[in-house]
Amino acid sequence: MEKKFSGKVWKLPDDVDTDTIIAGRHGVILDKKEMGSHCLETLRPEFASEVKPGDILVAGKNFGCGSSREMAAEAINVHGVECIVAKSFARIFFRNAINNGMLLIESEEIPESCEEGDILTVEVNQKVTVNGKGFEISKLPDNLFAIIQDGGLVKNTIKRIQNSK
Amino acid sequence: MGSTLAEKLLIHNTGEKNIKPGDIVIAYPDRYMIHDIYTSFLKRALKDMGVTKALHPEKAVIVLDHLMPTNQAATDPEHFRDGIELSEKLNIQNLHKGEGISHSLMHELRYAKPGNVVVATDSHTTTYGGAACFCTGIGHTEMAAALATGEIWLKVPSAIKIVIDGEFKNGVSAKDIILRILGDIKSDGGQYKSLEFTGSAVKSMSMNQRFTIANMSLEAGAKCGLFEVDEKTADYYDMDYHEISWLKIDEDAQYEKVLHYNVSELEPQLSCPQGVDNVHGISAVEGTKLNEVYIGSCTNGSIEDMAVAAEILKGKKIAKYLKLVIIPATNHVFKESMRLGYIKTFIDAGGMVSHPCCGLCCGQPYGLLSDGEVVLGTNNRNFIGRMGTKKSLIYLSSPAVAATSALAGVITNPVTQ
Repeated sequence: MEKKFSGKVWKLPDDVDTDTIIAGRHGVILDKKEMGSHCLETLRPEFASEVKPGDILVAGKNFGCGSSREMAAEAINVHGVECIVAKSFARIFFRNAINNGMLLIESEEIPESCEEGDILTVEVNQKVTVNGKGFEISKLPDNLFAIIQDGGLVKNTIKRIQNSK
Repeated sequence: MGSTLAEKLLIHNTGEKNIKPGDIVIAYPDRYMIHDIYTSFLKRALKDMGVTKALHPEKAVIVLDHLMPTNQAATDPEHFRDGIELSEKLNIQNLHKGEGISHSLMHELRYAKPGNVVVATDSHTTTYGGAACFCTGIGHTEMAAALATGEIWLKVPSAIKIVIDGEFKNGVSAKDIILRILGDIKSDGGQYKSLEFTGSAVKSMSMNQRFTIANMSLEAGAKCGLFEVDEKTADYYDMDYHEISWLKIDEDAQYEKVLHYNVSELEPQLSCPQGVDNVHGISAVEGTKLNEVYIGSCTNGSIEDMAVAAEILKGKKIAKYLKLVIIPATNHVFKESMRLGYIKTFIDAGGMVSHPCCGLCCGQPYGLLSDGEVVLGTNNRNFIGRMGTKKSLIYLSSPAVAATSALAGVITNPVTQ
């Protein structure tokens, strides 16, 4: 992950649950691209066809609440979305997204200060800039940031297993 | 200073002496549970990691419960085959296919015990917290890493103490109080936290009622929902109480906040369309017409729940324009329900009884709804579109409300019937 990157904002509401991100009947599809084609289809039917790699989701509180289905994180990530900003994240989604190498930023202010289509700039572990305003963000714990830097838990675990040998 | 239950359990598991909320600790799970939604994804994650062995196969359990026997021909048989293959390749002997819902089996078969740390690939893993087990949901990639390494990182949660006193009126039960709590603290009110239950009403609750509340703690975003142990816990697990008596809440433990409830005057509660925390007392929604009633799930599919429904339905007929689907949570519950005559009661009343599975609760069979249809279920979640089309409507309630409403065809109060 680059230390500084910019992306176009998709604005989402509070309490976007895992069924909304990927419905149960689509969550069992093994082909990630096909599964991802149903991402957010009840809330934003155009999402899967219009989202571009590098775009950033900006949501309200409790993003990813509900199921432990990791496919919710995968369905977003398969489109090249690597960063989500929300007022808060549901616990299991938080873990799953990091394990898929996505950067999650919790902030009360940022979602209040941007709209759909705005360009948001992230300086990892330091600040986010949007519409000319800068917001300090907190630093992720080292072990979590290492997983993101490694590109997700699969690669991180391979490294850990190799290092322990 | 004393410790919360979550802190005690993590101290016990990790061997760390001083831990506080926010600390990240390395824990060593006593159990790992994988269910069929995840078998194929877990197989892929293990392959991607180059992992061919589980460090502790004897601690793992595979339960095929969501996609059983099948719902979609295109995907489900593969998930089944991958479950069997994983059990063989990883030497996981604890394999349960079509025997019931994972969370109900995890405590019924004593896989998850008081004092344990358990991780599983499902959000309602919080269930076994009803017996002071630190249990929480994870995804399949994390499960793959945990199986390979025997470890998992956990953040020590801060905790909310919930004191529930009083005596339930006839027709009001554990489900009603957890719905009320969810209505008050909302779906993110327990985010990342441990909800810890105590009080005189808690002491009078059966183990199954405690499991119901722990199960739905997740709907507040909680990491776990924990109950103190007592003689009932020890009896359920056939353990010596003194072995587990350390699993009590310390008076001087540091809680983020303490909430007090008295259930003596509580009326039945319903979670209304569409959000688990959109909770109203039954008087606000009585008379709402229903197309379907569903009694089952890991929340309310126990033998006690079947008994409540059977008592209400005995010798009566459900409303003409209504479907009633009843699913005992496990084969044990199913067999007991047969032995006690409940299944006959359900069928005679006009209900349909399905084999133990997750079924309608997770949007799989049986009983999906179309646009405009209304279901009342005893399950735990009413997200938009979860049990049918996105224009179907879902109410959640206790088994007593569900059974009483099935007879009337409209939402009906069991207390005043």
